[in-house]
Amino acid sequence: MSDLRELYQEVILDHNKQPRNFHGIDPHDHEADGYNPLCGDQIHLELRLDDEGRIEDIGFQGQGCAISTASASIMTETLKGHTVEEAKALFDRFHHLVTDDHAEPDPSLGKLGVLAGVRDYPMRVKCATLAWHTLQAALDEKGEITTE
Amino acid sequence: MSVSVSEARAVGGSLDVDRLRADFPILQRPMNGRRLAFLDSAASAQKPQCVIDAERACYEEYYANIHRGVYQLSQRSTQAYEGVRRTVQRFINGADEREVVFVRGATEAINLVAQSFVRPRLQAGDEILITGMEHHANIVPWQMIAEATGARLVVAPVLDDGRLDMDGLRERISTRTRFISVVHVSNTLGTINPVEDIIELAHQQDIPVLVDGAQSAPHMPVDVQAMGADFYVFSAHKTYGPSGAGVLWGRLEHLEAMPPYQGGGDMIRTVSFEETTYAPPPQRFEAGTPNIAGVIAMGVGLEYIEAADREAIVAHEQSLLGYANERLAEIDGLRVIGTAPHKAGVVSFVLDGAHPHDMGTILDMEGVAVRAGHHCTQPLMKRFGVAATVRASFGLYNDREDVDALVDGLKRVREFFG
Repeated sequence: MSDLRELYQEVILDHNKQPRNFHGIDPHDHEADGYNPLCGDQIHLELRLDDEGRIEDIGFQGQGCAISTASASIMTETLKGHTVEEAKALFDRFHHLVTDDHAEPDPSLGKLGVLAGVRDYPMRVKCATLAWHTLQAALDEKGEITTE
Repeated sequence: MSVSVSEARAVGGSLDVDRLRADFPILQRPMNGRRLAFLDSAASAQKPQCVIDAERACYEEYYANIHRGVYQLSQRSTQAYEGVRRTVQRFINGADEREVVFVRGATEAINLVAQSFVRPRLQAGDEILITGMEHHANIVPWQMIAEATGARLVVAPVLDDGRLDMDGLRERISTRTRFISVVHVSNTLGTINPVEDIIELAHQQDIPVLVDGAQSAPHMPVDVQAMGADFYVFSAHKTYGPSGAGVLWGRLEHLEAMPPYQGGGDMIRTVSFEETTYAPPPQRFEAGTPNIAGVIAMGVGLEYIEAADREAIVAHEQSLLGYANERLAEIDGLRVIGTAPHKAGVVSFVLDGAHPHDMGTILDMEGVAVRAGHHCTQPLMKRFGVAATVRASFGLYNDREDVDALVDGLKRVREFFG
């Protein structure tokens, strides 16, 4: 087991305490609810795409642990200005980072990399990916997802 | 067949916890380099060596299917399995060993009663009364039969300190109430409910009552006759026995009046393609080959509790509860959910600025195993305005050192989430 400081990095604690983009988006054209039935974490995500299919604005609300809150916060911060395809590609790389023990550091993930420590805590991976699964549901117009 | 059970551990009315701890192999194993502080017995208890040995001995020495073979192994298995009915009868002071039905656990027992006893009695507009502090296992089976019959699920409220609102309960007993199902000890709050009073109220109107004993059977003396219950259910995995075994106790007159829950082998008297007649209880409710070794080991777990002395267990766990409350008060911003005056060894709490899951992870790294989440009581979480709590729950093997480890761990939580 790695040190707790690897998991709870300062950036994560900061985003947990002061989540960025923690609000609704008005108007928005995509939204979804994400729910982790195991722990009761829930997130509501709203976003608006511009004419070129880029994420113009994105925000989230809800309640969750430090990992899920920080992950949602950093995700919304990262995604602004990215196309839907780029966002989905980022999710793939992020998912790889937090689930594969042998994943190499991926500089293209930027600040999202601080969540890499989660892979040593399999019970917590869903906390880190809840916001991303919710994003996918919003983009696919599924409305609601649960991480079970 | 004889399985040796540790000799009585209670000396002069108090538990010799160090000796008890030595009976549990898992407690001898370090967790993250520390002494394991296992504080999640309300979810499932650890197993003493005698329970592990009993299950192993069954498979190694005398295992065969029960109730059918004429050979000796089958006879020995049958005797050992059937012998557990008397153990259970004694353990909860039932009137007759035929009242003891072996099931997979408390959840299956409640579903059995819901489907076989209550459902046939329900008409549209009838009511089933439960409380606001039920485990999902004592909510969902009733919702299922209510939905199927047009009956209504009525919920008695919980007071701010976690006590059941007895006036609220009384007001909700109506001429349409057909059944009451109530938890004896709340798995989330620790509240011990006055089930005798509830049963007395219910019986004045001839309403039968099921008592969910999942959290009472392991921790206090239980006398189903004195209690007056119509049904009492519990799970072996919480009474220091194996998972996948449990007990439905029901008054014989009820069980005799109930149709089978599942059809199959071992629950019939005669079968033809035209007609099948069912075996009497308890066999009527035990279709198929049961968890033979599990039931046998469950019996040994119950004997282990008896040998430890249940009054001494109560005293020990109450003393730990008092100590935990005292020490947890040292942590700034910690709020205990469930402060009823009459409580079992369960402490649920939240901490300002720290989510229960983060606390759970940090405590785990400190060798402290607690439950973090909604404890399968989501309506109760909503009642107290929290999404989740951390829950520390005690078993007979816990001591003050475990509570100290919890408090030290929470101080570590504070380092991250100050």
